[in-house]
Formats: sequence, structure tokens, C-alpha cells
Amino acid sequence: MVPINNYLFLAALLFCVGMFGVMVRRNALVVFMCVELMLNAANLTFLAFARQRGDSVGHVSAFFVIAVAAAEAAIGLAIMIAVFRSRGTLNIEEIKTMKH
Amino acid sequence: MNGELLLFWVFGLATLIGALFVVAARSPMSSAMSLVATFFFLAGIYVLLWAHAIAVLQVLVYAGAIMVLFLFVIMLLSLAEAEVSAPVLRFSWLVGGASTLGLLAVLGLAISRLSAQPAALGPAQQASFGSLGTLGQIVYTTYLLPFEAVSLLLLVAILGAVVVAKARI
Repeated sequence: MVPINNYLFLAALLFCVGMFGVMVRRNALVVFMCVELMLNAANLTFLAFARQRGDSVGHVSAFFVIAVAAAEAAIGLAIMIAVFRSRGTLNIEEIKTMKH
Repeated sequence: MNGELLLFWVFGLATLIGALFVVAARSPMSSAMSLVATFFFLAGIYVLLWAHAIAVLQVLVYAGAIMVLFLFVIMLLSLAEAEVSAPVLRFSWLVGGASTLGLLAVLGLAISRLSAQPAALGPAQQASFGSLGTLGQIVYTTYLLPFEAVSLLLLVAILGAVVVAKARI
């Protein structure tokens, strides 16, 4: 049997890779993909703890995370299309109207 | 080394390498393709955790629906070579790298203090744990209200996506 710690370490690494991508990348689409990576790391943690406790409620949480991620992807990509239409770019350094 | 541990290392390393390629790839298209690969390997990890139903949902919803949406947008906006290569060392790289390493250290310390072992499943649980039937039973009884709320959220998201992305209604 694989200890649950291994899965938790993998989830932590995955979350950190996603966070690094969010902070470093300039393309809004790639930033969005890195957010999806972080969501998946959270999902993996839910499933690992569900396996530790032998409790299926963690699976339900992961199910809800997947559903909300689908809604988030639809809205986020629509916003990106709207931004690209009005600005002609998806570089987050050039989109700074709301920056003080 | 038993088979389960070997599979964990294979899928885990593949997942991590895929995730690193998502961050490191130059064009958004290669990022998206490595994200698809990452989702597939992660589904393998989910199966190792006895979450068969969630693994199937991961492939269907994430690697299927969401990534198709991403690829559509990338092709629609033709961003294949939109991003110029960034200079090697920048302020955001320093801040991002330092905070990521800090978070990783804290998480690693917290996890290493935990000694979590998988629960021993009885024969009745072995048949039902992580199956679609168990998932459906919980979702449709205990968590019925959140389930309906999520379905409403998806409806609002569909309408919102159309309203936001359409140039003129």
C-alpha cells in the first residue's frame, strides 16, 4: 500500500508548480491553465484524505470542485475573448486599466 | 517494490513533468497539450486512490470538455506565437520562485509530520468505495441542495459566457 503522505506530497508539488506558473507567466490563457492545475492539486488532496478515512464524502467534494471548475472555465474563457476583442492582447502586463 | 508503489511513481512523475511543461512551454498550444497529458496521468493517480468514478469524470470533464474549450479559444485567438520570450531573471521570477519554495517548504514540513496510512477496507466497502453508485447515493441524499445549486451555477455560467463573449446581442 502506498502511504497517503506520498499523495499529499504530490498534491503539494502540483499546487506549487501551478502557483509558480500563475506568478511568472504573462499569457492570461496559460495563467488560467495553471489555476486549473492548482484546482486539480486540491482535488487530489480531497481524494487522498477520503482514502485515508475510507469515507466517500471526499469524492463528493472532488465532484463539486470539478463542476465548479467547468463553470469557471466557461466564464473565464468568455471574459478572455471579450478582453482580446477590445484590447487585441492577452498579455497581463498590458491589461492594467484597473491598476491604481 | 510492489506494483502499486511502482504505478504511483510512474503516474506521479509523469504528472509532475506534464505540469512543469505546462508552465515552461513557449506557446499556449503546447501548454494546453501537456495539460491534457497531466490530466490523464492524474486520472491514473485517482484510480490508485480507489476513486474510479472521479477518475472517469476527470477524463470526461477536464481532459475532454474543459480542454476542448481551451483549445477552441487558443485557435480562435490564434495566439500561437503571441507571447514573446521573457528575459531570464525578472522581479516576478524572484518573488514567484521564493514564495513558491516557501510554500513548498511549509507544506512539506506539515505533511512529513503526518503519518497517514490508507484505511483498511472491508469486503463490503471494497465493492462500493469510490464507485458511481456510492457517489450518486450521497449526492442525491445528503448533498442534494448543493447539487441543485451547482446545476443552477452551471446554467448561469452558460448564460453568462454567451452574454460576455458575444459582441452584440
